[in-house]
Amino acid sequence: MSEERQIQLEVLRYNPETDLEPRYQTYTVPCVNEWVVLDALNYVKENLDPTLSFRWSCHMAVCGSCGYMINGEPKLGCKAFIHEYGDHIRVEPLAHFPIERDLVTVVEDFITKFASVKPYLIPKEEKPISAGEYKQTPAQLMKFKQYTLCINCMLCYAACPQYGLVPEFLGPAAISMAHRYNQDSRDGGRDQRQEVIASHEGVWECSFVGACSEVCPKHVDPAGALQQVKVASTIDWYQEHLMPWSKK
Amino acid sequence: MSSKPYIREVPKTSWFFRQPRYMRYMAREVTSFFIGAFTLLLVVGLKRLAEGPEAFQSFLDALRGPLGVLFCVAALVAAIYHSTSWFNVTPQAMPIQRGEEFVPGKMIVGAHYAIWAVVSLIVLIMGI
Repeated sequence: MSEERQIQLEVLRYNPETDLEPRYQTYTVPCVNEWVVLDALNYVKENLDPTLSFRWSCHMAVCGSCGYMINGEPKLGCKAFIHEYGDHIRVEPLAHFPIERDLVTVVEDFITKFASVKPYLIPKEEKPISAGEYKQTPAQLMKFKQYTLCINCMLCYAACPQYGLVPEFLGPAAISMAHRYNQDSRDGGRDQRQEVIASHEGVWECSFVGACSEVCPKHVDPAGALQQVKVASTIDWYQEHLMPWSKK
Repeated sequence: MSSKPYIREVPKTSWFFRQPRYMRYMAREVTSFFIGAFTLLLVVGLKRLAEGPEAFQSFLDALRGPLGVLFCVAALVAAIYHSTSWFNVTPQAMPIQRGEEFVPGKMIVGAHYAIWAVVSLIVLIMGI
């Protein structure tokens, strides 16, 4: 039998039509320990307050929609189990993003930055379909596989103090995804991506706090990717300035 | 997008108090000041050496005073914290892939500690 208990769910509310600034509202929610915070939010929505707005979709840590600050920590609502918390849980919208309404944030900045790194395969050479697939060995796949696990949940942006302080920063997920394609043996688009990710607002804005990797729900290790991009970009610089003849 | 999104400002000077992990980061960064200061001290030492034996002796005497010893101990502690905090993240910055596997992070970190120990030993032997 599941143990039932009551929790106080304190949610940051904001209605752009009526509120000048956000305010906290507390709901008493009867829940079982197997619940996640997203279940508690859905209970509120269905039983206590239908005006509460929040994003969610898959409930299985795949879609990346339900990122919130839970007791001050960026978490997926569907992976934050009630039994890991006390009787009082505070839920706020993801930090560093403007609040659209309640727990819903404005994510245009992330989407624009993510698209700017060309997060797709740019083949080294175009082949006709009749020439067959672009083959890859398991070792070549392993080089970038962990970065493919990113679900664009933006927890890394909410954890990154640098993104909070310098909103122009391209950020962890976008640069990790660029690194993912740069590491792909089938890809030839690195030069195009370097213009964006090796810029000042790109990887050099990162000061390696490492918070992005600590909060990543899929263990992508964006901080590692960013440091590897720094190393590669530094090698590029030395090659360009000390060995100009080596440039392709 | 709504017409009135609410923007939460990040406090520019106190943001690192919000999270223990930010404090750890700041601790790592602050230790750089001690390393920078010790480097400056070495430059001053070189200058005093160039000025002659008496000048260098007074520099050494100052270092042996309570303030000099206190600073050197603080710089040593800061340098150890700074170095170990960077050694511990080297597997993230420098992963080594062998075939389909990555070399375990502990081995990369361990190699750094081993090289550190060997270099420190050589410096100590040369100094005696």
